[in-house]
Amino acid sequence: MKKYLSFFRIRFVNGLQYRTAAYAGIATQFAWGFMEILIFKAFYNADAAAFPMEFSQLSSYIWLQQAFLALFMLWFLDNEIFSAISSGNIAYELSRPIDLYFMWFTKNLAIRLSKAVLRCMPILIVAAFLPSPYGIVLPFSFLGFLAFLAAMLLALFTVVAFSMLIYIATFYTLSPLGIRIVALSLTEFLSGAVIPLPFLPDNVRKIVEATPFASMQNLPLRIYSGNIAGSEMLRGISLQVFWLTVLVLAGRLWIKKALKNVVVQGG
Amino acid sequence: MIELKNINKTFKIAKRNAGLSEALKALFKKEYTCVHALRDVSFSIGNGEMVGYIGPNGAGKSSTVKIMSGILHPDSGECIIDGLIPWEDRREHVRHIGVVFGQRSQLWWDVPVIDSFELIRDIYRINSTSYRNNFEELVSTLELADIVRTPARQLSLGQRMRCEIAASLLHSPSILFLDEPTIGLDAVSKIAVREFIKRINHEHKTTVILTTHDMQDIEALTERILLIGKGQILLDGSLSELKKRNSSYRTITLEFNTGNFAEIPGITLNNIIDGHAVFHIDTGMISVSSAISELSRSADITDISVTGATAEEMVVSLYEEFKI
Repeated sequence: MKKYLSFFRIRFVNGLQYRTAAYAGIATQFAWGFMEILIFKAFYNADAAAFPMEFSQLSSYIWLQQAFLALFMLWFLDNEIFSAISSGNIAYELSRPIDLYFMWFTKNLAIRLSKAVLRCMPILIVAAFLPSPYGIVLPFSFLGFLAFLAAMLLALFTVVAFSMLIYIATFYTLSPLGIRIVALSLTEFLSGAVIPLPFLPDNVRKIVEATPFASMQNLPLRIYSGNIAGSEMLRGISLQVFWLTVLVLAGRLWIKKALKNVVVQGG
Repeated sequence: MIELKNINKTFKIAKRNAGLSEALKALFKKEYTCVHALRDVSFSIGNGEMVGYIGPNGAGKSSTVKIMSGILHPDSGECIIDGLIPWEDRREHVRHIGVVFGQRSQLWWDVPVIDSFELIRDIYRINSTSYRNNFEELVSTLELADIVRTPARQLSLGQRMRCEIAASLLHSPSILFLDEPTIGLDAVSKIAVREFIKRINHEHKTTVILTTHDMQDIEALTERILLIGKGQILLDGSLSELKKRNSSYRTITLEFNTGNFAEIPGITLNNIIDGHAVFHIDTGMISVSSAISELSRSADITDISVTGATAEEMVVSLYEEFKI
């Protein structure tokens, strides 16, 4: 366990040194957040009753999403892993007494957390001071806040477990490009990154909410704003645990199989 | 103790001819050819031995090293290293081996080398006393004191390679695999690396398996040679045996003022540039002294030297002999 922790630590500290990238990220996220809120404002002005979420709930959803983008967005993938596989540098990682799956998992967690830590505070603070209903509201309830934290952690793990499948697929395709584009555009939509899932038509929403994608950002963000609470919240968190287990098991089986046939590229 | 028995490995390689229409065809039907990277490779290496593993590019050297280090699964055959099957007990096995791939880097690019070392310490769970001892020994013998605090990306190739070797020895492995450790190094670094390899083999009785194209590496380091070509072990013997095989050949180098060399049986002119000529003598056909007298009759010689075959030439003649 200690080796994964020290791996996490060194990776996390390393991630904190990219400050300029963080400033640029914060600026982008502000611009994006304001743009989304303004677009939704135009819709809400037309007919507020036609929408499934209150506007203030939606604002919280968007600001939290922007603040914790690095935790939730599938497209924050680690290019080092892709190049290690396609160039054959993975030979070194395989010559260590370490479990490749858990090492990559830890690495991804560390990268995402270091990015999020650098970026979240400025966005959360500014969003907290924005006039209602454009800013972020206080959590629905204290219990709800705790549930939000738990769901956020589970969501992060689910996102990483899903990314692991994309990395492992690269053992077979060698170029990560195709699979990345397909997987990313699909999840972008199904996880509620483009529009919150309640905005989907009811039948579609029910199906999407059962998929692992809804266990990513959709759940924690809606728990925070009180859009999901009570038994529905418990059901959501259980579903997260279920999908996380399935994804991790699938990933571990698959990587075992892939390593058996692995061809270390290059001489 | 390393034992390989009848190891086979085949790679499937996608092939297509050049051109757009061929590329389109390949979209629907891919043609594969099987390349037998290793055929019935068997050998055994005792503890504390130092073995040079040589062969032309693509002969299967790296594949063998990858199998022995647990990275690659062979199609068939047995490999037992210190009682473990590398690819099945990978994590237990790699604890006891060190690997250096000369063409890759295990150091973390953006952080000082010492951070990579400490990560390796945690990965192998090296206790702090033996880490400190190993670290100090490696830093002093490889002269790393000035560079361990520098990020890997700012090191020269020679400096980096010294750090790579240190990194794979921190956990005091009993076997060290070196895959082209001197590739691209300048003369000074090469000698430093060789001296160091000799030293750890001597002092720590570390088994060393070295693949290289640099025959000076082989001459300086190993007594035993394994020659592989087209996936098969062709020769397993000592360097001096190999030299004996080639003992019927001598090279004569001449410096001369004027001269005109006629064809003489047993003497082949290898190279001639104004005033400098190299001949190969087949001592089975002509003795060295009569070759010299024949040559001195044809030219006004100012300097002459006779040498046996270099390791380089021996390997070339082996490659020719086995047609690889």
